[in-house]
Amino acid sequence: MIFLFHLQGGRLMNRIVRFNQLWRLTIALLLEIIREPGVLFWGILFPILMSLGLGIAFTKKTDVIRKVAVVEQNESQVTKRDTGAIYKFLNSRCELNTSGKADSYNWKYTIKDEKLGNSIFLFYKMEQEEAMKLLKRGTVNVLLINKNGATEYHFDPMNPDAQLTYLKLSGILGTGMTSDVKGSGEIRPLTVTGTRYIDFLVPGLITMGVMMSSMWGISYGIIEKRSKKLLRRLVATPMKKSHFLIALITVRLLMNFIESLVLFLFALIAFKLKIQGDISSLIVMFLAGNIAFAGIAVFVSSHTSNTEVGNGLINFVVFPMTVLSGIFFSYQNFPDWSLPVIRNLPLTMMTDGIRSIFNEGAGYAEVAFPIVILTFTGIVFFFAGLKIFKWH
Amino acid sequence: MANQFVIEAKNVWKSFKTVQAVKGVDIKIPEGQFVALLGPNGAGKTTFVEMIEGIQKPDCGEITIMGKTWKGNEDELHRFLGISLQETLFIDKLNVFETLDLFASFFDLGKQKVNEIIEIVGLEEKRKSYVVNLSGGQRQRLALGVSLINDPKILLLDEPTTGLDPNARREIWEILQRLKDKAGTSMILTTHYMEEAENLCDYIIILDNGKILKEGTLSQLLDEDTNQKVIEFTTEKGVLPEDAHGPDLPFSIRREPTGNKGYVTLTNFESDLPVFMSYLKSRNISLRNMECRRKTLDDLFVSLTGRKIDE
Repeated sequence: MIFLFHLQGGRLMNRIVRFNQLWRLTIALLLEIIREPGVLFWGILFPILMSLGLGIAFTKKTDVIRKVAVVEQNESQVTKRDTGAIYKFLNSRCELNTSGKADSYNWKYTIKDEKLGNSIFLFYKMEQEEAMKLLKRGTVNVLLINKNGATEYHFDPMNPDAQLTYLKLSGILGTGMTSDVKGSGEIRPLTVTGTRYIDFLVPGLITMGVMMSSMWGISYGIIEKRSKKLLRRLVATPMKKSHFLIALITVRLLMNFIESLVLFLFALIAFKLKIQGDISSLIVMFLAGNIAFAGIAVFVSSHTSNTEVGNGLINFVVFPMTVLSGIFFSYQNFPDWSLPVIRNLPLTMMTDGIRSIFNEGAGYAEVAFPIVILTFTGIVFFFAGLKIFKWH
Repeated sequence: MANQFVIEAKNVWKSFKTVQAVKGVDIKIPEGQFVALLGPNGAGKTTFVEMIEGIQKPDCGEITIMGKTWKGNEDELHRFLGISLQETLFIDKLNVFETLDLFASFFDLGKQKVNEIIEIVGLEEKRKSYVVNLSGGQRQRLALGVSLINDPKILLLDEPTTGLDPNARREIWEILQRLKDKAGTSMILTTHYMEEAENLCDYIIILDNGKILKEGTLSQLLDEDTNQKVIEFTTEKGVLPEDAHGPDLPFSIRREPTGNKGYVTLTNFESDLPVFMSYLKSRNISLRNMECRRKTLDDLFVSLTGRKIDE
């Protein structure tokens, strides 16, 4: 044991000097970030505003308006108009619009629902050609055509929203049932913590923030310093090259931690978000994700000194993941063949892992695999990047 | 002593994709000497200095600094050198003190050294100003301060005054002059300002198109012992011939493209001047003005290349 204390004075001094270099570099790079007033807005305020906006928009159930086109038939069929089921329904059960404005609906039907929000159907009378045009634009999603007294529904079967309109409408038109939902005992809205949209969204916003902030902060930071010839100037001193990258990554990790913590605290207060799983595994998962993106960021910025090229490279990495990794909506709706690829993207892995700790009560057992993979990814990319890194 | 030269370059060549930037340059710089690498833009000055700095590697030839090559000696050589690159931008939101302190930490130097440098480069009033708020001259002085922080044995300055106004340039010269007076530091400075090379440097190497055109002390280069004088004149009437030399003329007249301004270098002023005057008279040329001055590096460069250095 004693030999531990026999570190040669020189070696100890060397370590202190090295640590001092690393410390100064870290402080300098941190000052560079926090002195930029925009950082406060884009790094901290913007994610909060986004969570607030999206959280409120998707958590509170409001009235849903469904627009339906009622297609006018040619002259010979007009006589049958009164016998058609559609017209019987429209004339007897719907509210006729008497405002007479050009673009206004002709009939309105409301299904009242205290729990889920009202469904309001607006019916527009128009020619088939005009109706098809509006269908293509997505203004209406179902066309009703009276054919020999029976009702035909025309809609895109791949559009789930149109399907829902059809189902609801056929219910009302077919049976004429009373469709108001009042205190219905069978519907139990899931508003408990962990199942709401905000519970899905906030972990996604945190991981997306980590990716964006790492890729732009580290990659763009390196490329910009290379283009300003600052990297070249720094390595013309006895500075250890690895210290520069370690300082850059440390600063980014710290910023990511603060940004994520602020967003989490906001969600905790505003939406009563809860971490249902193991907090220490959440921290390790967060670190693993940061390592992955820091490694990728170093790799991406290892060569170019052109900020335009850098822009493209960073977008090439972040754009597909932002779209595919299920940040705002579940990626399960993508085609089956693409799911294995999507699930193994770093952002998906990190998001799924962090979401499962937040909402499903997961711990190390569940997230050990993504932690290992993300860390490994980060290390491989970091060293590959370092190998081809251009300092000059 | 094994090697009395702090920098030695032997037959150094360097080419890029389409350009042969340096073509077989040899230099030897003794300790304490201030050397100017003088040449127009694209002469190969920066490439050559970057090879000395270890930023570029020569295609062939060898460069030694304090007797050592870059390979395997990076850490040691970085401690000998003070470098100011062409147009380095530091971190915008660090102030002068913090920038110097950061670089001081790489050399294990403390705040005392930082304060000393701030005084040397005259940035006391700007010590708390962010880099982004400094003027061009102040930034250049900061870059010079950064290069001086480790008391370098060799200072390599790549165009330290390019783009600066005359006042800012003079301030940089004063700092360098004081450094020179203290002795002990050798310097290579690249420039395309003749005045800078003349004022600051003991030895001048004129580089053009990747090759050394001529080198020596200022007086050697200007053949000062030969007492050459330059006459610069403008004509009032009459046009100068495009090419005036011949057996009857002990000098040649170089004229500007406008045709009414010319230069003559006279080796033997007293006897050549009357010849020049009678030459003008015989061609019916009268002068508006005439100025006699000593020969400058500009004249030398023109006589070597046929063009001015800043063309």
